[in-house]
Amino acid sequence: MRRHLPVLITLGVFIVGYLICLAQFPSFASTRVIGNLLTDNAFLGIVAVGMTFVILSGGIDLSVGSVIAFTGVFLAVAIERYGINPYLAFVLVLGLAALFGAGMGLLIHAFEIPAFIVTLAGMFLARGLCFVLTTDSIPINAEAYGQITDIAFPLPGGGRLTFVAIAMLLVVACGVVLAHFTRFGANVYALGGNRASAQLMGVPVGKTTIRIYMLSSFLAALAGIVFSFYTSAGYSLAATGVELDTIAAVVIGGTLLTGGSGTIIGTLVGVLIQGLIQTYITFEGTLSSWWTKIAIGALLFAFIVLQRGLSAASVRAR
Amino acid sequence: MQSFNERPDLLEINGLTKGFPGVQALDHVHFTLRAGEIHGLLGENGAGKSTLIKVLTGVFKRDAGSIRLDGQEIEARDPAHALSLGIGTVYQEVNLLPNLSVAENLFIGRQPHRFGLVRTGEMRRRSAELLSTYGLSINVADPLGSFSVAVQQIVAIARAVDLSAKVLILDEPTASLDANEVETLFRILNELKARGIGIVFVTHFLDQVYAVCDRITVLRNGRLVGSRPTAELPRIELVSMMLGRELAAEALHRNQRPAVTGDPVVAFKDYGKRRLVEPFDLAVRPGEVVGLAGLLGSGRTETAKLVFGIERAETGQAYVDGKPVRIASARDASRLRFGFTPEDRKTEGIVAELSIRENIILALQAQRGWLHQLPRRKQDEIANRFIKLLDIRTPDAEKPIGLLSGGNQQKALLARWLATEPRFLILDEPTRGIDVGAHAEIIRLIERLCEDGLALLVISSELEEIASYSDRVIVLRDRKHVRELSGAEVNADTIMTTIASHQ
Repeated sequence: MRRHLPVLITLGVFIVGYLICLAQFPSFASTRVIGNLLTDNAFLGIVAVGMTFVILSGGIDLSVGSVIAFTGVFLAVAIERYGINPYLAFVLVLGLAALFGAGMGLLIHAFEIPAFIVTLAGMFLARGLCFVLTTDSIPINAEAYGQITDIAFPLPGGGRLTFVAIAMLLVVACGVVLAHFTRFGANVYALGGNRASAQLMGVPVGKTTIRIYMLSSFLAALAGIVFSFYTSAGYSLAATGVELDTIAAVVIGGTLLTGGSGTIIGTLVGVLIQGLIQTYITFEGTLSSWWTKIAIGALLFAFIVLQRGLSAASVRAR
Repeated sequence: MQSFNERPDLLEINGLTKGFPGVQALDHVHFTLRAGEIHGLLGENGAGKSTLIKVLTGVFKRDAGSIRLDGQEIEARDPAHALSLGIGTVYQEVNLLPNLSVAENLFIGRQPHRFGLVRTGEMRRRSAELLSTYGLSINVADPLGSFSVAVQQIVAIARAVDLSAKVLILDEPTASLDANEVETLFRILNELKARGIGIVFVTHFLDQVYAVCDRITVLRNGRLVGSRPTAELPRIELVSMMLGRELAAEALHRNQRPAVTGDPVVAFKDYGKRRLVEPFDLAVRPGEVVGLAGLLGSGRTETAKLVFGIERAETGQAYVDGKPVRIASARDASRLRFGFTPEDRKTEGIVAELSIRENIILALQAQRGWLHQLPRRKQDEIANRFIKLLDIRTPDAEKPIGLLSGGNQQKALLARWLATEPRFLILDEPTRGIDVGAHAEIIRLIERLCEDGLALLVISSELEEIASYSDRVIVLRDRKHVRELSGAEVNADTIMTTIASHQ
């Protein structure tokens, strides 16, 4: 029970928040709002799943925002300037990102450099590469984009479950299976618990580290593809600070920043809480959108204090 | 059943040698372990026990020698590899993952799976089954960290044995367990022994050695002292093997000094802390040297830490000049004008980068508070006075202390506390790692301090040394103050027999 407490608290916060929104704006019950909540936060949800694995293992990935921007720019340049088939471009950029992540994982493991430093370097590198490709915002006019954004399941009540929302939910589902029902998942938790012990127990530390960062960059690129559906453009300065939103979502979702404890489902709820606050502020109309940041900041603070309290309590209980 | 001596050797170590810069940690060590035996591995500090285990489990590479398991030459690359070869190790600090479930800890890396997915139910069922053979019925889905150290240790043993361990090494497994937990552990060890597993048991508790071990091997200074069946090794001989000292035909008495009389400057009544030291009474008078003797891990250093407030006592009362006082931290002790030079000079004592002067004034300055900076002139005066007084060999007071020899560092540490004009000084192993000449000087210094009316509590592993300067000696065994020797009883032989005696 105690183990599930953080995620239950997160869920409680979401439900209370939703009820408050509902009391003030009855249209929050409509499937349209819910559908949009999922669609608008799909890219954040996808990248947050990867970030959850990274943080669970005791690491951090600061490069994801830049990778999202790079993905957009790469797609725009590849599709519009070089006339590459959009689907081929997707595969190419996903492969590139996976290589990029694997490289970071390799550096972290082989040279025992803190993940913070390596991914900070990765962040600058990926952002810099965007500007090497182009300094302009390039619109993407490919037909495939229109086709993909049109795919949606109508929900009763006028809402739409869009393709990107479905993609996000699928990624979350895969994340849950990967984290809780595979050896890889157990190894990730093991690394976050105690790296030295994990190594003593025969966990393949190097292989697991590389795969974790590979997964994170891969999902960041996938999020970048989704992001490019929203904007239909590639722009070098897009998605700045997204890495921090992502980390906030993961922590609010009940994952311990020091690693070893947390859930993917919690992260999804964390993302939805952020989306909920954003939607509320849009509905409210008079508040500046910066209030989102303030609310997130307060929540984040509360959750970190809560985690400290819980872990102190569990030490005492022993 | 085969008789004990006919059983084949399971593990055979021959001429094992391992050196570190400046130290020969293992020097041609020979060790054998039979299947179905519990083998005690004993030795004092620096004996080479840890190095032996680390070479065996692949943490260190050996310089020379051979290790055979079941007649096959082996060389472990790392502990995981050693485990796969059949050598499992369980440390005092359990090296498992507290955030994972018990079942995951038992099966990580070899979880039962189907289509790439772990079969959690199957894993839990098998874990519960496995632990039930150890008489442990717990919810294996709970995180390991929610259980006591004793349970975690049993899980660690179960894991090691289940991973086909033929040899199980237990490195001080009982240090943080209570009596009932120790009993459970021993029952399990005896069951494993009956299953033909060879167990290496490292401990400092002599009673426990005699309770479970079939044979005992003693190391000292990286060399093998001897390997003997427990039944043929009386305690006194075991202790003399560990300490490297024969019973002298003629007991050496110290120069008789009149017994120190007067009221104690510090006294402790019924002072103790669970799992650290059992409650003890202790009183030291001005001008008196009280020695603490015992084997490593017997509670000597623990007593000193308790008295100086580094560890907080759970029971009893401390008195200074007959008045009750509270010592809840080292700051409290320092304010009461207590001083303490720790055992590990390098990590707990000196600040190697700072100058001799800065090291000497450190405690005095800390007492004054950092806002009341000692004037530089005063600092120089204090430093130079002690350099002269204690004969610290250095060109000047500004040399970084790390560049001095061990003996001179020790003197500077003494000076640090003497500068605070203490009434009670605790010295933990003041002569360790110091060359012979400096050794004698430190001892003379101790005697001089005591003539000046200081109350001293000195810990030492050197029995001759402790007998030479102590007015009284308190002997510790298994975390207990067992006997106080005074007058003519203060000699190395009596100390040794007391350490080795049963009750």
